[in-house]
Amino acid sequence: MALLEIKNLSVAFATHGGEVRAVEGVDLTVDEGQVLGIVGESGSGKSVSSLAVMGLVAANGRVTADRMSFAGHDLMKLGPRQRRGITGRDVAMIFQEPMTSLNPCFTVGFQLTEGLRTHLGGSRQELRRRAVELLDQVGIPDPDTRLGAFPHQLSGGMCQRVMIAMAIACNPRLLIADEPTTALDVTIQRQILELLLDLQRKRGMALILITHNMGVVAETAHRVAVMYAGQVVEERPAAELFRHPRHPYTAALLEALPERSAGQRRLPAIPGMVPGLGDRPEGCLFNPRCGRVRDVCRAARPPLLPTDGGAVRCLLPLGAA
Amino acid sequence: MLRFLLTRLTLIVPTFLGVTLLTFAMIRLIPGDPILLIFGERNVEESVYNQMKADLGLDKPILVQYAYYLGDLAHGKFGTSIITRTPVLSEFLSLFPATVELSLTAITLAVLIGLPAGIIAAVRRNSVFDHTVMGASLTGYSMPIFWWGLLLILLFSVTLGWTPVSGRMAVKYFVEPVTGFVLLDAAMAGEWGAFRSALQHLILPAAALGTIPLAVIARMTRSSMLEVLNEDYIRTARAKGLPPWRVVGLHALRNALIPVITVIGLQVGALLSGAILTETIFSWPGIGKWLIESIRRRDYPVVQGGVLLAASIVMLVNLTVDVMYGLINPRIRKGR
Repeated sequence: MALLEIKNLSVAFATHGGEVRAVEGVDLTVDEGQVLGIVGESGSGKSVSSLAVMGLVAANGRVTADRMSFAGHDLMKLGPRQRRGITGRDVAMIFQEPMTSLNPCFTVGFQLTEGLRTHLGGSRQELRRRAVELLDQVGIPDPDTRLGAFPHQLSGGMCQRVMIAMAIACNPRLLIADEPTTALDVTIQRQILELLLDLQRKRGMALILITHNMGVVAETAHRVAVMYAGQVVEERPAAELFRHPRHPYTAALLEALPERSAGQRRLPAIPGMVPGLGDRPEGCLFNPRCGRVRDVCRAARPPLLPTDGGAVRCLLPLGAA
Repeated sequence: MLRFLLTRLTLIVPTFLGVTLLTFAMIRLIPGDPILLIFGERNVEESVYNQMKADLGLDKPILVQYAYYLGDLAHGKFGTSIITRTPVLSEFLSLFPATVELSLTAITLAVLIGLPAGIIAAVRRNSVFDHTVMGASLTGYSMPIFWWGLLLILLFSVTLGWTPVSGRMAVKYFVEPVTGFVLLDAAMAGEWGAFRSALQHLILPAAALGTIPLAVIARMTRSSMLEVLNEDYIRTARAKGLPPWRVVGLHALRNALIPVITVIGLQVGALLSGAILTETIFSWPGIGKWLIESIRRRDYPVVQGGVLLAASIVMLVNLTVDVMYGLINPRIRKGR
């Protein structure tokens, strides 16, 4: 049975200009111990989808889904209290900006033990010992003294390590990492990523890695979901997706990778822009930018169609017989 | 931290001198002569007048008078009242507890009501509660104290008869002053009748004086909370699965309090000036009423010394607030 199963998830926000849909009809499945990569441009709904899983969508957002279940719990039916019992314990999340994601007024130790105390309890000494252990596991030197440090005394990479320690504190079965390395130095990015994957393997937890770095996903993920304008356009095993992309958008993204266009004078780019929340086109959301567009693509939104090993949201997928 | 304290203490010296110069000059710039005021309607003989003027040192050139004044201050002498002939310092000390009792009650009321009101208004943004609190605090902030005080007296004392009009305690009671705070002294002596009477006398002036700080605190708490609630670390706290009261009351509030504490500190100056009006309206025997009377009588030493002492206390409180600011905000504590 899948650990996380999402069917037809939509998130809409009430704004002054009416309701806008940030996420539309997203289906995702994550198995126990699996790494799922979610890629897509900024504003494609990657973060909002994962916030919906955590139950952290802002108050003006409306979450609807045919099904959103985690380890047998129907997340749509749980009350706020039971939902909080899962959030932070069985599903944890780390964010893009480690420096601002830690509370400046509390010590590392306080913030680290807080989740433990809430979900698992324990004496002061136990919590402290556990905190030291966690800091050690995420590669923070001298963990005993770091417990008393405030976030502003740590570097960005250190803050992200603390965030990871906080996230894995209660032994979650699923960790969602929302662009965990985007705000960090290139040298640190590698270390943080390796730390995440190492923890994932050792603990056998599932990992959703949200990023716009295709290279990272290619190396790490078992399965990949490509998101565009609030929808999943392709979802398949990583190796196959990178070898034979089915959706024209996936193909265009891969062509735009610098390492794939070595020797060419200009980097290939996708013409046009991602449609905004308020001006989604008729038919397939990618049709104004697609080189293979036909009249049928402009008529109606294509559904997510099964393909080899996964699904693709295209009426005329690449490589189809 | 020590260096920070020393810098702040050095800055107090010019402020202190500025206050002496201002009060010294201003009370002499307004028309009126203390000796003539003592004699009132009766005519005073010129020889007597000159003798008194010489006794008080008012016959000397103005700059010399100022130099004498500063010299006395340097020796810790705040002068003697022209009217009562008692030292300014001892008059101040005997009246100050009444003002402190009034101001403390006012600010406590303001914090106890303003802080939760601001927090709830921020959490329930754009709700009926939010709009009501913000509307009421704008009204409260715009209300002149003397008018608001009179309205309160009209409603609660005259129409409803719930509270006395003025004073600190009913005349039939007497409590031995220990702390100088009537409420505390009555409670310690176990005089519950006196305690009740003191409380009844205190509540209206404290409400009048506390209204503006209450409005300021509520508005500041709300805007500060709204800002903090959008921060990334609040999302982190929610992601841990913490209950909402902990996210709002601990993670958000601790950060939101930083500007609120500053504002509360700044209100202390406003409280003392507000106390002058409030004490006059409610005949509250504190330093506010005392200073107003001394101005009316052109009691130069009292005006100079009283204002200087009040100003020193404001400076001291501001310094304390700055130190407390460092205790709440670790970035400042270690940053300097």
